[in-house]
This record gives sequence, structure tokens and C-alpha cells, in this order.
Amino acid sequence: MEPLIAMKTNDSKCCGSSDHLSRRNLLKIAGTASMAWLTPLATLLAAQAEKKHQPARSVIMLWLGGGPSQLETFDPHPGTHIAAGTGSRKTSVPGIELATGLEQTAEVMGDVSLIRSMVSKEGDHERATYNMKTGYRPSPTVVHPSLGAIVCHQLRDENVEIPRHISILSDQWRPRGGYLGAQYDSFQINDPKDRIPDVTPQVSTERMDRRMEALSILEKSFHQGRPANLDEERTLHQAMMRKAEKMMSSEQLKVFDISQATEAEKAAYGNTAFGRGCLAAVRLIEVGVRCVEITLGGWDSHVNNHEVQAGKTKILDPAFAALINDLKQRNLLKHTVVLCGGEFGRTPEINPLGGRDHWPHGFSIAVAGGGFQGGQVIGQTDPSGEKKEPSDPIRVEDIHSTVQQLLGIDPEHEIETPVGRPIVLSEGKIIRSLL
Amino acid sequence: MKTALRYLCVLGILSTAVAFIYNTQLKPRSFLQPTSFSPNQFDAPVFRTVIQQIDQAFHKEWTAAELTPIPRAPDLIIARRLSLALTGTIPSMEEIRALEAQPEKDRIQWWLAHLLEDQRSSDYLAERLARIYVGVEKGPFLVYRRRRMVDWLSNELHRNRPYDELVRNLISAEGIWTSRPEVNFVTVTIDQNNDEEGPDEIKLAARVTRAFLGVRIDCVQCHDDMFGDRWKQKDFHQLAAYFSDAGMSLTGVRDKPTPYEYRYKGKLKPETVPPIVPFQPELLPNTGSLRQRLSMWVTHPENKAFARTTVNRIWALLFNKALIEPIDDIPLEGPYPPGMEILSDLLIREKYDLQQLIRTIAATQVFQRDSRAPLDSPTLTDLHESSMASFPLTRLRPEQVAGSIIQATSLRTINADSHVIKRITRFFSLDEFIKRYGDIGQDEFASTGGTIPQRLVLMNGELVHERTKDNIFVNASSRIRIVSPDDATAIDTAYLTALTRHPSSEEKDYFLNRLKDKKGESASNEMQDLFWAMINSTEFSWNH
Repeated sequence: MEPLIAMKTNDSKCCGSSDHLSRRNLLKIAGTASMAWLTPLATLLAAQAEKKHQPARSVIMLWLGGGPSQLETFDPHPGTHIAAGTGSRKTSVPGIELATGLEQTAEVMGDVSLIRSMVSKEGDHERATYNMKTGYRPSPTVVHPSLGAIVCHQLRDENVEIPRHISILSDQWRPRGGYLGAQYDSFQINDPKDRIPDVTPQVSTERMDRRMEALSILEKSFHQGRPANLDEERTLHQAMMRKAEKMMSSEQLKVFDISQATEAEKAAYGNTAFGRGCLAAVRLIEVGVRCVEITLGGWDSHVNNHEVQAGKTKILDPAFAALINDLKQRNLLKHTVVLCGGEFGRTPEINPLGGRDHWPHGFSIAVAGGGFQGGQVIGQTDPSGEKKEPSDPIRVEDIHSTVQQLLGIDPEHEIETPVGRPIVLSEGKIIRSLL
Repeated sequence: MKTALRYLCVLGILSTAVAFIYNTQLKPRSFLQPTSFSPNQFDAPVFRTVIQQIDQAFHKEWTAAELTPIPRAPDLIIARRLSLALTGTIPSMEEIRALEAQPEKDRIQWWLAHLLEDQRSSDYLAERLARIYVGVEKGPFLVYRRRRMVDWLSNELHRNRPYDELVRNLISAEGIWTSRPEVNFVTVTIDQNNDEEGPDEIKLAARVTRAFLGVRIDCVQCHDDMFGDRWKQKDFHQLAAYFSDAGMSLTGVRDKPTPYEYRYKGKLKPETVPPIVPFQPELLPNTGSLRQRLSMWVTHPENKAFARTTVNRIWALLFNKALIEPIDDIPLEGPYPPGMEILSDLLIREKYDLQQLIRTIAATQVFQRDSRAPLDSPTLTDLHESSMASFPLTRLRPEQVAGSIIQATSLRTINADSHVIKRITRFFSLDEFIKRYGDIGQDEFASTGGTIPQRLVLMNGELVHERTKDNIFVNASSRIRIVSPDDATAIDTAYLTALTRHPSSEEKDYFLNRLKDKKGESASNEMQDLFWAMINSTEFSWNH
């Protein structure tokens, strides 16, 4: 079969449509016309454009740790020797095919786009994970913040009483705050069917109040002879304690409890820990959580690639599809960026153990919601497996810049880091063709 | 039923009496008389001079910056720092009593002698060093035994083996990872998915340069240094070539000649890379296996990078903050902060005696400064801390917090064999606590503030609950009031046990008031609340 090419299928949103006028552009045009933007009509127009292009509010990241094989997921090349027997199936978007095993995801393809030409320079799990999660390659002098940390740092929320950056089922490389500080680290939870640990006081409210009173006596003692801003600027001890207390008594804690979801809902997500993570993610986003990462690890198929990938795809497929459907149904998809992928892809050639090894030269990720168009494909990998470079290569930092842009964050904004060197939020290029 | 109740009552009274006698009449145990302690140890001119030189070097800096250094911290606070650094936990009540019984002028050196003889110190130091040498991961199981390596390190540190010898062993040892535990330094780098290839030269070269030389040549692994001309890609791979002979055989790691090949950036084909050291080639011996020669070069007395790196690591261990940061990025040609060159020279002169280095640093004024300004003087500034005119305030590591919780809630000294440890690990895993608190992983020194999960796990977590709830047999919160003649003594003992200090008069009055006229359960609750508050305080979670 012929390889798939990059194509646009959603004609209504191409250049020149009314959607393309952002508020900023409108203001620019209006501004040049001698303050005409003060007229009610322009204000109205701007507000309308704003409404249509309201920036995304949240990010959900389905993290496929270990490196999923593009050939067995989003970039099949059926019939070629690199496919090694892996087939494909049609999707709801004519011309786009997914690997066998992603049947339910195929149905929501109209809302999902694929980038089949991801390239990076990192082929080691730890370094590549860092690269994907932060948009920067590991550096010996500075630890970069992950995307979720940047989002929480840049977008303030006063009314959210639970952590705004959450990782579900994470491995040892959960998203961290890096130079922004540990307070931007993701809050870790395990399988949402278990209660979240440590949020229920061991004593009555009245006694807890007395404990806090005793604590204030100790804190007063400790702060004598120390800088007045010690807690806010350095230790964050009492500041975090206040946040923890707020969280413990918050009504919003309920959203962690997925036992309230119907059996049908749970079944739609596939009744796996990962599925339950995705189910919880939607509820978390709904109360204002900014970034949720759900990890599905174990894609590192150096041996028996097809078997390993099929086992993982089976878990991913219903969860991914149900997530998109659920977000859409709740009218959240347009405000929520969904990303799905791992640290790299896998080699086109099968190794002697029936496995595929690490391959950062042309791998796939799926994107949806939050202003991303659906039903698009960017880039193309060589069906013969001979050419390493894919067409239209997209770098990891380009994804970061694009998502930040969708969230209304300027990727070129500089942050003064503790090493005394300003660093921009992301150095990538915005992928215009997907917006 | 009645008989059973009476029986229980008698049993209760009996055990209380036993507990009382045990705690109050306890004779000093063997550890209370460290054999290596001699009150005049540091009066020898050689150490006096070194300590004075360091003190003067810092004073010069402070004078130049017009800073008045913060006065010395109380002995107990200094003892807490040392205990946290060397054993990973705070001093126990019985240790504090023994320390307070020493003449004031000898206390710190006596305390060090006690700690350095304690197996807990070598165990803890071994774990901290292992994190630098082999990381924290379980590694390739077939050829790697982390536990054995840590035990070996602990034994070597306990007998104070010269550090250069120990490092030479790590770099050059041959044999099986079980019977020669130091070999694990090499085998940990074997790729689990591809063990035919043997140890990984690149990982080994990166570890050796960072852990022992304080240089980050591994940054030029893939390209020449972009920020300066110091290192070339060649420097790194020529160093890596020293490990190419190390291979796996039926008798474990053995050296047999194998050329190291690498394809440099911009080259089409891989080429054979000769083993060449990146600086001071004249220190390299002519004989021995490649790894032996490298190990001799690394630890050569004239290779000062090794001594400086060791000083920086030990300094970081004691202060919870390195003298030069980042810890593994020390310039080969100065300038160096005060103390660095004096201590490096001492280390070389004293044949890499780590315990001597620890004693010397701990005896300096800069280590003994308080971390807060005295009541009647202007408050502390950031400049005080950055120029070491005050002791740096740093966040404790997760395992130090866990260890401190367990020790703070017990009157006896806790070690690995303690009944309490066995009891705790029956109920839940300490690893889980450390994970939830947020393990720092490799031997990093994080300067960042606390987090919500850390507060939650201390406020509501099982470990703190289990250790502060009413339990007359194991928990200090229950026992202290029983063994104390009055409430004031109980409060004082509680403060010493958890915070290694006496309460201020305001604190004492507050808690006396809370305990006033209370008996039975309500009094017990007050003591539990006091312990909960102490464990949840900033003071408890920070090194100060």
C-alpha cells in the first residue's frame, strides 16, 4: 500500500476563515485605525473572536513510557518489510489508517491529529523522557521544568484547592518543577480506585486545631533571629501546610473518587488502572486542574515486539477513545489539549530477538483538543525503513511551543533561572498547520 | 473476667515499673565511652594550625564584606548537625544525656569520636557514597549486587581505610560481583538487554570523572564543549578507552586487551581511540593494566582534583551543601573558596584519612556557627548565609526525615537491629514513606523549599501516626510523662528527644498550661499533640 501523505481534511478551518482572526490581530488592525478599537462594534468583534479562540485551559498527557512503536500504533506501513506483519485499519477520517489494535481510537480520528515525524537527539530512556517532558535536552547546569509545571507557573488559579499538576501511575520520572521549584512538581497518585493517601486527618477537627495551635508556638520560636520572609522565600513550610490543609477540607477532593462514575463509564475506559487514570483526569480537569499526566509504561519491546506492543495497545485503545468522547460530551475538549506518546519510537528493522530497539528519528505522537485541529497528519516516515529522516520533521520543542501557545502562554517568555541565566519557556517553532 | 482484669493490671504496673527502671537507672552502655576519644587530640599543632588557617581565611572574607559573623551555635545543635550528617538521624535521648555529662570544652570532639565508632555512621556514609558511585537503581540483577557493595563500603569506612586505596579498588578490581563486592562499580554499567557487550566504557568514564575528579567531561560525549575550549569530545573518549579492556568472563570481570572504537561527530567511520588522560599525563604510571594505571592517576597525590572533589563531597555531607556548587564541577585552576586548598592539602598529607577530614571540618568555626542571629542583634541576611558567616539552612533529605521521626519518638538509640525498626517495617515500608516524601535519588543537594505531599505525609501519614499514638511500650510520647517526676521535666525531655534542644520559657509555659490538671487520656493526648507539632515543624524538617 502507498504510504500516507500529509493531508488536510477539515476544509472549514483553513486560512482566511473567520476563526483565523485572533483578538490580538484584531486589536492590531483596529489600533492602527486611530483608536477605532474603542467603538462598541470593535469591542464586540474582539470579544467574539476571543470567545472563538479562547485559549485552552488544561493539558492531559497520556504518557507511553518505554517508547511505543510507531509502526504498531500511529504510523503503520502495512505490507512493507518493516511492518513485519503488522496490519492497519481504516479510521473515521478517509485516508488515515492506524495499526490494528487501535479500533476504538480509529473511530475518534476526526478529533485527533497525528504527527508522524517527531525527531529528537535522545535515545536513552531517562534523557529522552526528560527531553519530551520539558522540551529541553538534559543539561548539567540547570533542571528544566516540565510542561505541566510551566502551565501552573504561568497560569494562576485562586479557586483550585487541590494540586493543579497531577501525575497518575507515574514511574520514577514524574514531571517535576525543575528550576521553578519543587512546589511545581506533580502531585502523584496511584490507581484512582484507591483512596489518595494522607489527606484524611488522624484526629478530630477540634484536636487538629489544637495541634495547629501548638505548632504555631514552635514556628514562632524557630523564626526568631531569621529573615522575615524565610517561609515565603525559602522553606515554604507553612505555606505548603496551609495549602495542604485547604486541600484536606476541600469539596474538590471528591473528584479523585471515581467510585461515583457509572459501571458503563468505567467499562468504556477499559477497566484498567490506566483507564481509570484517564477517567479521573477528565474529572480533575473539570474542577480546574491544569495538567494531568497518566502513565502507561512497559512499551520497551527489545524482545518480542509485536506481543509487547499488542498488550499495551489493548489498554491504550479504549482509554484514549473514551477520553476523547468523554471530554467532548462534557464540552471540555476544545479547552483541553490532549497529547499521547512516549519518549521515542522503535527501529523500523526487527532485531534477532523479534524486538525493535530505540528510535528517536521519526516517531509518532497523537494530539487533540484545545485548539488543535482533528483529522490531520503531519510528516511521513520512509516505508522502506532505509531513510532515517522523515519528511516535515517536528522537533520535541515545537510541540512544547505549540501547546504553550494554545494555552495563551508566550513560549518566548524568559524566566530568570537560579543559575543566573534567563531561559525561554520553549525554543520551538509553532506548528501553524495544526491550529 | 475479673481475674483476667486483675492480671492485666498487675502486668501493666509491672511493665511500667520495668520501663521506669530501664529508662532512669540505665547504666552508661559501651557506646558511651568511645575508645578513639582523647581530649587533647586537636591540641596537636598540626591540626590547630590547619583549623586556624581555615578560620582566618573565612574571617578575611567576612571582614572584606563588612559582615559580622553569627556566633557559635549551642552544643546540642552542633551535635544534631553531626548526627544527621553521619548517621542520617537525630541524636537519641540517651546520647544527649551522655553528651551533656561531658566537660563543655570536649563535647564536640567526644561526640564525633562516638559517632565515628558507631556502625550507623559507616552504614549511612556507605549508602550516601554508593549513590554517587552506582546510583540508586537496582541495576542488572544477573551481574550486580548493590547491597553487597554497600556492605563492603560500610566495612571499609568503618576501619577508616585510606580513601585513595578504596577508590583504586573500585576502579580497577577484577572478579565476581558477589565475592569481590567492589566490582559492582563496573558491572552496574552493563546493559541488561545486552550483557554480551560487557561494562559500558562511557558510563564508567562519566562516573569516574564526576565522582572522583569533579569534572564534567561527559558533557562533551557527543560534541566539543560549546561554552569554552576546555574539553574536546576526544578527551572524554580517550578516558573511556581505559575501560575497554574490562570484560565479562566465567570468573567475573577480567581485563583482556580490547581496542575502544568510537565514531566522532562529523566522521563517517568509527576509529580506534587510544587511552589518554585529559590532564597531567605525567602522573600516569607506565605499568599495570589500563584500569590500574587509570586508578593510580586519578588518586595520585599530585592530582589535586581528586583531593578537592573528596573535600567537596565530605563538606557537602556535613553542611548539607557543597563548598563548590555544583558538587561535581570544580575548576581545575582556582580560584577556590576559603578552606578548599587548606583541606585538600591536609587530606593528601594525612594519606586520605576521611575521619580526620570530618573531624577537622567539624572543629572549624564556620561549621559551628549558628544559623540564626542572636536575639538582641540585627537579623540575618542572605549574604550571611552565602558567605558562610552563618550556618546554611537546608532541607533534610527524605531518609533523614524518616530516620528522625523514628528516633524522635523513642527514648533509646535506634539502630538497624532495634525492635522498633522491625515493628515499623512489619506495618509499612519505609521506602514507601521516602518515595511519598519525594526521594532525591542520586546524591543531589536540593535547595528548594517543601512541597504539599511532604506536609501531608507528616500531618496525616501512617508513620507519624503510628509513632506518636498512645503506646506505652514503644512510643516516647506515652513513656515520657510516666518516667518524668513532673510536667516541666516531661516537656523538657520531649523537646530534647524530638528537637535536640530545651524549650524556651514561652514554649514551656504554653505546654505546661495545656497539661495542667490533665490526667489519663487527656494528658496523653496533649503529649501526642506536642510530638505531632514538633515533627510537623519547620525546625524538624530542616538542617539548621
